[in-house]
Amino acid sequence: MLRYALKRLLSLVVSLIVASIVIFAVIEVIPGDPAALILGVNARPDTLAALRTEMGLDQPLPLRYADWVWGMLRGDFGTSITYKTPVAEMVADRIWVSLPLAIYALCLSTLIAFPAGIYAAARRGRAGDLGVMGATQLGVAVPNFWFAMILVLIFAINLRWFPSGGFPGWDEGFWKAMKALTLPAIALALPQAAILARVMRSSLLDMLDEDFIRTARAKGLSRRQALWRHAVRNALIPVLTIIGLQFAFLLAGGIIIEQVFFLPGLGRLIFQAISARDLIVVESVVMLLVFVVIVVNFAVDLAYAAVDPRLRTGR
Amino acid sequence: MPRSFLIGTVLTALFVGMAAISLIWTPHDIESLDIPNKLKPPSGANWLGTDQFGRDILSMIMEGARTSIAVALLAVGIGMALGVPLGLWAAARKGSLLDELIMRGNDLIFAFPSLVIAILITAIFGASAVNAIIAIGIFNIPVFARLSRSGALSLWERDFILAARVSGKSAFRISWEHILPNILNLMIVQGTIQFSLGILAEAALSYIGLGAQPPTASWGRMLADAQTLVAIAPHTALVPGLAIVFMVLGLNLMGDGLRDWLDPRLRVERA
Amino acid sequence: MSLLAISDLTVRFGEAKAVSGLSMQVEPGEIVAVTGESGSGKSMTALAIMGLLPKAARADGRIELDGQELLSLPEPELCKMRGRAMGMVFQEPMTALNPVQTIRDQVAETILVHGAGSRAEARTRAAEMLDRVGLPQDRFPLNRYPHQLSGGQRQRVVIAMAIALRPRLLIADEPTTALDVTTQARILDLLKGLVDEFGMGLVMITHDLAVVSDMADRIVVMRHGEVMEQGPTARIIAERRHPYTRALFEASDHAVDLPPAPPPGPMLELRDVVRDYRLPRRKLFEPARHMRAVDGVSLTINRGERVGLVGESGCGKSTLTRAILGLEEVQGGSITLDGEPVFTGHRPNLSARRKMQVVFQDPYGSFNPRHRVGRLITEPFHLLPSPPKGADRDRAIARALSDVGLTPADADRYIHEFSGGQRQRIAIARALIIEPELIVFDEAVSALDVSVRAQILDLIADLCRKRPLGYLFISHDLSVVRSVTDRVLVMKSGRIVEEGRTETVFDSPAHPYTRTLIEAAPRLPDLDRSAAHAT
Repeated sequence: MLRYALKRLLSLVVSLIVASIVIFAVIEVIPGDPAALILGVNARPDTLAALRTEMGLDQPLPLRYADWVWGMLRGDFGTSITYKTPVAEMVADRIWVSLPLAIYALCLSTLIAFPAGIYAAARRGRAGDLGVMGATQLGVAVPNFWFAMILVLIFAINLRWFPSGGFPGWDEGFWKAMKALTLPAIALALPQAAILARVMRSSLLDMLDEDFIRTARAKGLSRRQALWRHAVRNALIPVLTIIGLQFAFLLAGGIIIEQVFFLPGLGRLIFQAISARDLIVVESVVMLLVFVVIVVNFAVDLAYAAVDPRLRTGR
Repeated sequence: MPRSFLIGTVLTALFVGMAAISLIWTPHDIESLDIPNKLKPPSGANWLGTDQFGRDILSMIMEGARTSIAVALLAVGIGMALGVPLGLWAAARKGSLLDELIMRGNDLIFAFPSLVIAILITAIFGASAVNAIIAIGIFNIPVFARLSRSGALSLWERDFILAARVSGKSAFRISWEHILPNILNLMIVQGTIQFSLGILAEAALSYIGLGAQPPTASWGRMLADAQTLVAIAPHTALVPGLAIVFMVLGLNLMGDGLRDWLDPRLRVERA
Repeated sequence: MSLLAISDLTVRFGEAKAVSGLSMQVEPGEIVAVTGESGSGKSMTALAIMGLLPKAARADGRIELDGQELLSLPEPELCKMRGRAMGMVFQEPMTALNPVQTIRDQVAETILVHGAGSRAEARTRAAEMLDRVGLPQDRFPLNRYPHQLSGGQRQRVVIAMAIALRPRLLIADEPTTALDVTTQARILDLLKGLVDEFGMGLVMITHDLAVVSDMADRIVVMRHGEVMEQGPTARIIAERRHPYTRALFEASDHAVDLPPAPPPGPMLELRDVVRDYRLPRRKLFEPARHMRAVDGVSLTINRGERVGLVGESGCGKSTLTRAILGLEEVQGGSITLDGEPVFTGHRPNLSARRKMQVVFQDPYGSFNPRHRVGRLITEPFHLLPSPPKGADRDRAIARALSDVGLTPADADRYIHEFSGGQRQRIAIARALIIEPELIVFDEAVSALDVSVRAQILDLIADLCRKRPLGYLFISHDLSVVRSVTDRVLVMKSGRIVEEGRTETVFDSPAHPYTRTLIEAAPRLPDLDRSAAHAT
């Protein structure tokens, strides 16, 4: 078990290093000099040079990379060019919107998908299965931002149950904040739930065809007992992979939903930073998102080992 | 032939047909504005109503279908053209450094939030349909690479591949002659799924203004325009949204039906 | 009253009948073997008794266990019978166990699901059962997972699960087919012992007549869903009244008529061949570990000589085959064909490979389903510097197909149009088409039914008469190797432990391992003698 975890940890560190190099390199090749962008087209060459020095743009590349990474390791993400505030502070403010939203949506998605997938698999080919599969087929096809607009139209504009946008902040009270996040979370979760339910169902059906299910039935387990005691845990293995991928998607996929609901999250921050060519912000937020994704995948790998003894014990 | 395949094909054909007809004819000209006639609900003259500039929504949906299909199809093309050879190559050299590099590269792309990178690419190189295609296409590469590798690996274990090796055929030749034809079904099915995901991605990108630029019509931008109007003219949001839903639904049904028809044991990735 | 009484059982899939009008009885403490070739309906009979038929199947007739009719029993009642009144053991031990549950929990579940004891009691009983089936706690801790056990050990766990509640009836569906001969012998002994000890009735489904005649008190011979003949084992073997039974036994005991081998002259030569595999590291910074699959093997196959290679799974025979075929490089020693190395400078040597072809085990996986037979069998032409074209090519195809008993017109058909036996003929045609000096038969008849197997073996002997043909015949089945080879090699743990003339080795094995192998292999009784005895 420990060996497996260490191996995964090593690959996590390697992934992070490679990812940071890629992000740094991409930002470097972007056409357009950030210094020139700040000062505008009429800037005098000597002011430009002075700003470039101030921003460290005249340093050699490896040095700047090292500076950037070292900074991030200490929690120093640099200073935003456009807002003149530390990036770390901007990120800290917004991650408390994006992260809860992603977790909220993931919980919703899992809570809907597991029962739906298991229900459909248990009734393979019957009306209940066809109903669930039809609904998921539709769910997969719905763009989440459009679904968000429809939710706003119904539940915010017509019924007035939820606010149509904005975020009051956690200081205003937990329930108020959760209420503001509810429609966005539903909009994000439902299409993902549809995908997850389909994966859960097909994975379960694969397991139900396995020999060990027949063995269990020969022991005297009913179909339902065999499904719950033997198929579900084995079926979780591919489902976990999808949950890991979905978390990454939900975290970043918030960008568009955050636009729809005017939520001050990481997505909106990065979107604004890109339009303003605020590369330090872009670089840091992308790195942060990738970091979270890689860590989540590491957690998924550990979850595999918890589910599957073949990974934790050698022969 | 499975029923889902039939329904899916009809839906898909409907949109492809609309896109094709828009090349030579649309009910109204979408480049001329008709402000007095704005935000009209569906009527005899404008079957699906008009938008905030009085343009005919049906005509815009038809032209938008063209943009969606072109972007998604080319993005799938990029993914297949690069992903499949990489996957076959990795499988042929299973366990080698090359295989490891290709697969780790794939994992790396998966680790990047796709939408963020798509936004980054279009933001850096400018918002345009071509950049949207590239941005979506890049994320199709690892999907096809992974799938073709796993398909190829299971074939490499089979005795008929061993027989070909005993006949002295090179790995390249075996991949081309024996492996590729046998994973083609899988790739086609996955292709339709990626096509539908491409439609969704294109809509998302143009919704935030990073897809095809005006005057090219696009479903995503129609939705962006409709956002502030949804309370007074719901049809401006409903129509393009439903167009996306039905197009994606059609492709997915077609893909699933095709899989059941060709080989029910094929596994596709959908994430 | 019989323990199990089946009368007029019919299993239908739509219109097609998998079993029709089967009647049989099993008494307590009796072993009844249901035997037949593939498609005989023997497995469907087993599943019908357990009430585990596929959904698409419909069963009619009566199946009575201890006087209780089973076919009309509702599912919840059947669940109570399964595991308690009747248990079942399956063919494939590698997949029959839940990979994420410990062996103790899986055995204990049988007891728990029937409410036959508390959790603690169930665990104690599970430990006892595992001990009884030959997995004592001190050597096989109860918290082992299936992947930590070998195939034979897993089959023991499955047996422990099936007998945990001492059912009156045990059904075993090809329980040893997937196992090596020595393991098979031990599992069969275990089953016999359990039947004696518990007084169970055992229904044993098997295709292997040698196993049947060793084990069973009575035999039921099936074909295409119908019972051909049934009765006490000794009588059936002695009399073989029904022509199908007779044909089946003769095919199982088939001896081919090999022409004398040509005078020796070395063709394939292996000198101290070593093949290592790299194993995954156990610790992060430990030097790479290796597994020696082939450990200093030297052997010679003469021109036109027929040599057998026997050994159990994991002995290195497949690895050796791959090395001989030049598919993988060796780490030591040399492999030469007519003096030419099969590998030169990290690349396979085409001119040596040209003289060698192979026939694989699986008649279904050996061909690209998308190509026609003509294209399939000409694939080895790739090895020739100037492959025949046009009419020459057609002639070569026609000749190869005729040689193996097919017609030239078959060249235009696809592989799925052929049966398993025909596919093996096509595989031989593919091997013959470039007229190699050596053919490697890699378990080439192991997947075939006995009657088809006999035909293929005859074909091989026939080909030897027509042209000088040497081959290396690799098989786990000793009786087959005995009948088609001049010389035999016995392999164990990567080494050749014994080698000699086939008759000599089989009649007076020198190495203890060879003796174990030969003793473990179930044998058909001498048919002529038992026939004489009966009259």
